[in-house]
This record gives sequence, C-alpha cells and structure tokens, in this order.
Amino acid sequence: MANNDFDIHYVANLARIALSPEQEARLAAQLGDILGYVKKLEELDVTGVEPMAHAVPLANVLRTDEVQPSIPQEAALANAPKQANGLFVVPKIVE
Amino acid sequence: MQYEAVIGLETHCQLKTKSKMFCGCANEFGAVPNTNVCPVCLGMPGVLPVPNERALQLTALTGYLLNCEVPGFAKFDRKNYFYPDVSKDYQITQYDFPSTTTGHVDFEFGDGIERVRVTRAHIEEDVGKNNHFAQHSGVDFNRAGVPLLEIVSEPDLRSADMAYEYLNALKDILIYGGISDCDMEKGMVRCDVNISVRPKGEEKLGVKVEIKNMNTFSGVRRAINYEVPRQIETLESGGTLVQETRRWDDVAGITESMRTKEHAHDYRYFPEPDIMPLKPDETWLAEVFSHIVELPLARKQRFVSDYGIPAQDADVFVGNVPLGDFFEQAVEGAKNAKAIANWVINNLQACLIETGTTVDELKFEPAAIRELVAIIDAGTISSKGGQEVFAALFENGGSPAAIVEARGLAQVSDSGELDKWCQDAIDSNPDPADDYRNGKENAINFLKGQVMKASRGKANPQVVGETLAKLLKG
Repeated sequence: MANNDFDIHYVANLARIALSPEQEARLAAQLGDILGYVKKLEELDVTGVEPMAHAVPLANVLRTDEVQPSIPQEAALANAPKQANGLFVVPKIVE
Repeated sequence: MQYEAVIGLETHCQLKTKSKMFCGCANEFGAVPNTNVCPVCLGMPGVLPVPNERALQLTALTGYLLNCEVPGFAKFDRKNYFYPDVSKDYQITQYDFPSTTTGHVDFEFGDGIERVRVTRAHIEEDVGKNNHFAQHSGVDFNRAGVPLLEIVSEPDLRSADMAYEYLNALKDILIYGGISDCDMEKGMVRCDVNISVRPKGEEKLGVKVEIKNMNTFSGVRRAINYEVPRQIETLESGGTLVQETRRWDDVAGITESMRTKEHAHDYRYFPEPDIMPLKPDETWLAEVFSHIVELPLARKQRFVSDYGIPAQDADVFVGNVPLGDFFEQAVEGAKNAKAIANWVINNLQACLIETGTTVDELKFEPAAIRELVAIIDAGTISSKGGQEVFAALFENGGSPAAIVEARGLAQVSDSGELDKWCQDAIDSNPDPADDYRNGKENAINFLKGQVMKASRGKANPQVVGETLAKLLKG
C-alpha cells in the first residue's frame, strides 16, 4: 500500500541529492511503498505500552571523564580533499 | 502606540570537563588545530560515541542550581544539517527528553529581583570551528564534541539591560557551581537571541527574529538595542516583519538578514541509535545534589541580613568567594561585623592584591582580625596602632595581643600617668586653660595635643579629652 504523504523533491533537497524527474517519480513510488509497509504498525493496539528509546534494554552506558590519546594531525587530515595549516579546507560557506 | 519587547535567550556554555562529551579527546582551548581529535569527534563511520558521566553530572547540577526538574529519563537525538563544522552531518543533542526542564533564574535588576523562567537546559556536543579566509574556510575539529550545555529561557526578558543582567547572573551561577569557566575570550559562552515586539498589553507574540551566535554580553545588549527599535519602526511605518535569522555586525552596529522562513531548517530530529537512554536513579541524583552550592544572590542576601553589612560590601564577598569565606570565619561571635568587613575589604584585600598572594597563603587566622577589631573598639590601641598591628600580622603572622605587647602600642587609658600628663599640660599652658574655662571649648584641643605629645602618642585621645575637661572644670 503506497503512502504519498510527503514531497519527494523536498526530501531530496534536504538530503542534498539532485534527482531527475524520472528518478523522482521512481523513488517517490518506492519510498511510498516503504512508508506504507511501516504504516501497518499503526494497526496494532499499543494502548498502555511505553514508547521505547531503544530496542536494547540498556540504560546509562557511560564513560568516566578521562583523557585518552587523540590521533596525530596527519592521520586526522589524511582523507581531507584539501588542507592547509592543519585545517580542513572547504569552500567558503558563510550563512 | 506603545510597544514592548519580548526577548528569550538560548545560552550555550562549554562544560568544565577533562575530556569531550562522547570520546576521550582533551577538552582544551588553544591547542594546535586538529590535534585533539579522534575518529569519534571527526565523525568517521563505524564509531561508537559514549557519553561522559561527568558532563551529565554537571548538567544535572546545573538543573538543580536553576531550580529545574531533573527527570528520571532522558535521551539523545540527532539534529541533521549540512555545514562544514559538523563533519557527520548531524549534531548529537537532546530533543524531546532533555536532562533538565522547567526552572528559573532570580537576579537583581533595577531596584528589585527579577525572575526569568528556564524552559530547559540540555546537553549536546559543540561543533568544529570555521576559520573564514578570502576564498575558503578552514575547519578545526578540536572544539567538536566538547560538552555544551544549552540553557533556553522563556521569553520573559523585556529589555536589553535586563537580558544583560540575566546573562551575567547566569554566568555567575555557572562559575559558582563549577559548571563552566565561562571564559568569553575563549568562546566558552555563546548565545542566540530571540526578539519580537508587540503592542503593550497584547498577549499574542509578534513575529520573531533570531540573532545567532553572539559571543559577548555587551554585543547582546547592543544588538537588542538596535533590533527592537528597528522592528517598532517597521511596524509603525506600515511595514510587516518576517520571521528570519539575522546576523549582528558588531563593527557596523546593525543586524542584517541571513535567511527567511522559506529556507528555514528542517532538522529531522530522530533518536540517536548509538547511545542508550539515561535513567538517573536516586543514588546518582543524590550524589549530584550534594554538590549544590549557595547561589550568588542568596549569598549576598544572607551576608546583608545575617551580618548587617552594606550591600556593597556583600557584593565584594560574592565576587571574591575566598575573601567572603575568610570574613565569615572572622566575624563569628564578633560584635562589630561592619568594622571586620572594612578591615577585610580595605586592608586585607589590598595587601593580597599588592603582594599577589591568596587567602590560603595567609600567615594568620581569621580570628586575628576579630581580635584586632575588638582591641581597637576597647580603646586598647588607636586605629593608627591598628594599622601597624595589621601590617605586622600580614607580614609575620602571630596574634594582635602579642604584637601590641611587643611593640608597646597599648594606649594609656588609666588615671595615674594620664592624670599627671593632663595636669602638667594645664599648668604649663594657663592661657588656653583659661580660654576653655571662659567657654571657648575648642581651646581644649591644644591641651589635648600637648598631652598626646607628652605621651608620645600612647594616650587614649578620648580618655585624655574627658580627663582634661574634668580637671579644668574641677
């Protein structure tokens, strides 16, 4: 069962994906099918069931406040398409 | 028409932890770029962020200090957006179940105490730092992942000055609680300001403008002082306001539009699947609760009411906690709290500043100041002698009584010797003595001076005056 309660163009824009009109049509149908499938869950009566934050029944998985070694700057920048003076160089984006 | 400003603040402050929020990299300002980083805070795929317990304790403690509720359940969420300072394209924050909710901050403003409600204080990760150059930007991720507390106020502020005082009060509380150093120079406190205006008496809120990323409190004050009249003028000249984000240009002293609602961000929050929820239990919360400190305003009010010292003096003891603690020990069981406050503020504080030492390094106990004031009040030594005793105390320690004894500073107050000096002064100066007897009261001062000279300053001036008067009239 399809669900078309969304704007594929808007969703693609949020994800920074450029789609052709054909791709938009195809993906809208597929995404609609997925959402329609998940919508089945709404048929369940969940009265009195606490919403879960996580499927694993664990809480308070924490670490103590201790400093651990970081990685070297060269390693940190190894994948940077462009770098200078120890910084990741990116196109200038001023909001 | 009369308008009023409605202002709310979102204040971000970096927590005072050793390590970052979700990894063990150092939480340190000023390191070489991209050296306090690891796969977690660089946002590499496949890593597992684990919350820093100390940061969560400081968050809960902030909640208690801001009179918030600290719920037994909280969780983390992902806030999705694309910007170069967020390498994994989302920031880990708290959305619908924050660690603290619904509190308030009381602070002094004008002649009274104002209360601003706090919607929530939640914990999140700071993002990297963008350095803008002519053609490009350079990103340093040392700051990425530093624990960041966001304190959201209700729109209860009504003016730039009120916002300024609120921010200062908030900063003082965070410093008092050991939550954050709040060093503005190091960018530890930043805030977003939400401003709207509405006709006075109107309930409905006007169109909101957000000014993002302010990093000085004076900047916040100036920005509000610019933005409020701008909005009012726009409405009065028949224009309409649009909901938008504006940037404050500190040099030009104006705000300018950044983006309007059409391009508003859709952050698509969803639960952070890598981090388990938080369920602080009673033991954990009780431990945090035990670290509650007295807030600056409460401390001030207590000093004024318990010791009867002026508000100005109390302010000194709020601003300088070790000095205030020293005063509290010195004043214990004392009669003259005001005099003790004067010695601590005027003499002790000055000497500490001059010598670059701290209260911890003092060579004498607080009780020594109490004793010093007591012997001055009893007339045992003059206030000038008191200065000498204090200087000796500060230099070498010891007890005021011993210093008075060793230096022969005690004033002569009992008859015998004093009577003789007075009688000598009268006998050798018959003219002023007659003048006094004939009603010229000031003439006694000359005789007093002669007695002080004869005693080499040791005579108690008050007793000298009384004795002379008695002998002259007798």
